[in-house]
Amino acid sequence: MIKFLFKGLLRDKSRSRLPIIVVAVGVMLTVFLHAYIVGFMGDTIETNARFSTGHVKVMTRAYSDNMQQIPNDLAITGISSLLEDLDREFPGFEWTPRIQFGGLVDAPDESGETKSQGPAMGFGMDLLSESSGEAERLNLQKSLVRGKLPGSPGEILLSETFSRKLKVNPGERVTLISSTMLGGMAIHNFTISGTLFFGQEALDRGTIIADIEDVRMALDMEDATGEILGFFLDGFYNDDLALSEADRFNATFGSVSDEFAPVMKSLSRQGGMGTYVNLAKGWSTYISLIFIFAMSLVLWNAGLLGGLRRYGEVGIRLAMGEEKGHVYRSMIIESVMIGIIGSVFGTILGLSFAWLVQEYGINISGMMQGSAMLMPEAIRARITPPDFYIGFLPGIAATVIGTMLSGIGIYKRQTARLFKELEA
Amino acid sequence: MKTILIPILSTCLLISATAQDANEILKRVERNMSSDNRIFESSMIIHGNRASRTITSRTYAVGDKQSFTEYLSPAREQGTKMLKLENQLWIYSPSTDRTIQISGHMLRQSVMGSDLSYEDMMDDRKITEIYDSEVTGTEPVDGRNTWILDLTAKVTDVAYHKRKMWIDTERYVPLREELFAKSGQLLKRTSLSEVKQIEGRWFPMKVIYKDMLKQGDGTEFVITSVKFNQSIPDYIFSKAALKQ
Repeated sequence: MIKFLFKGLLRDKSRSRLPIIVVAVGVMLTVFLHAYIVGFMGDTIETNARFSTGHVKVMTRAYSDNMQQIPNDLAITGISSLLEDLDREFPGFEWTPRIQFGGLVDAPDESGETKSQGPAMGFGMDLLSESSGEAERLNLQKSLVRGKLPGSPGEILLSETFSRKLKVNPGERVTLISSTMLGGMAIHNFTISGTLFFGQEALDRGTIIADIEDVRMALDMEDATGEILGFFLDGFYNDDLALSEADRFNATFGSVSDEFAPVMKSLSRQGGMGTYVNLAKGWSTYISLIFIFAMSLVLWNAGLLGGLRRYGEVGIRLAMGEEKGHVYRSMIIESVMIGIIGSVFGTILGLSFAWLVQEYGINISGMMQGSAMLMPEAIRARITPPDFYIGFLPGIAATVIGTMLSGIGIYKRQTARLFKELEA
Repeated sequence: MKTILIPILSTCLLISATAQDANEILKRVERNMSSDNRIFESSMIIHGNRASRTITSRTYAVGDKQSFTEYLSPAREQGTKMLKLENQLWIYSPSTDRTIQISGHMLRQSVMGSDLSYEDMMDDRKITEIYDSEVTGTEPVDGRNTWILDLTAKVTDVAYHKRKMWIDTERYVPLREELFAKSGQLLKRTSLSEVKQIEGRWFPMKVIYKDMLKQGDGTEFVITSVKFNQSIPDYIFSKAALKQ
């Protein structure tokens, strides 16, 4: 019977083409928008991850307890071997060491005396290795206002606002005064290679960025780092996976008694990010459910209309002696077929569009001009496992329910009145 | 019998101390601790979270207003010089060839990672000028009788609002000190020991500083040699001397 109904659908385009197109379009929109919402909501998470938290972060236990104070005296030492271990045991991440530090930047006058001074918040990151993706990750090139990115040791980036405050320009020398890992005074000269605009007041006030090797030298942190950030290779935060990988690391490398033993924390376990991750999860679910509900109504309506449009055909079939139940069942089976075919096409199309937006993004640089380095230039969708099945809910269920509701009318039709109706 | 005698003796000692006036005790302490000038070499052993390290230095000081310190070791600190003139402080770093004035919140930073802050080094006013003091009791410290002095700041621009000092009743040298914030929180604790008589004055050769807000086991400051009332050329206390 299924083969018979399927042939019927193929041969009668009015019964198949339009309903399948309607279902496919609805499902496509559902899949695409779900991926888009997940991508959009995850953007703030990714921005924080790139700049501060990583998808996971490895620190010493003591450092992690006082993370807000950036206590470099509690930094991880012997990181060469730890990085090797991480690369070997956790290949699903890209690992990169970072050092955050506070200090004072002092600009000298012609005679070497202090011309101006200001408090700075610094980041040491791998800017000079060819394999490093740090500059791209933070979109530094696009955020340059003057000068260039550090190309050799001893160069530093200052926020544009900070450089104006200190009255210094690219090419000039500044001195960083900070604390070494052992607590001593660190005084180190840098040459300004360029200035950056972040578009966020807290960062523009006094941020400096230098290559991590220079920062290690300045802060006496040989083979040490404050933090090791891990990023998922696909570039997207996965909370469940991050939590399980962090637990696996802590079970292997952690130690309750040693405060300098490394500990891994997922993004959601750092500061207030956990609340945001839960919020983002909740909101993307709510928005997706609302959209699925709306699409269900549309497809349900399409199913209803399809059923009503075939009022005459059903009458003839009943007049010819076909049982009401048989007609009803055959219409439901047809709607299941249409729902499946439409959902498959819609899911493929939705995933295709979502993939394009995930890979290339929707460029919003025009809107963001001069506002935020940490915001990506493009909003990107993100394909997650639910995108592969989420469209089938409205695609099949709503179509079938619509047909079932409209089909109830079959049982209300009276054979005696059929010919009268047909004559009309 | 012993339990009765100790409180009686302590009370007698307290009565005699109160009669002696806390200010007078502090003045006698200042006579021991300060001098017209001095040259001393010291080792600062900093017991950090991870390890201990030793920094040696040579200091030239005139009164409490002028001092010049040159760090001798380890290699990373060697050649670093510090100059204090009245209420100004400069530090010279040979690796950067920069002379930088330490001011504002930088003064609260630790000196070479120790439990001492630059602010601790800067206050050169006499204790009796900036604190009201009173003798509040007696207590034996390291086997020596001491008066307990409670000091409360009478000016607002001090790093520590209250201080508690244990002064050796015989040698007029502080053996212990606690420094408090206005809130009453204990900020630092110092223990002074190895008191020697040098050129007619009693002088503690070892001081242990403990910053109570900092992890680690404190900083030992050991004077390895000290000479009082030497002839120190004036140019030592100039910014030009930092780069020499």
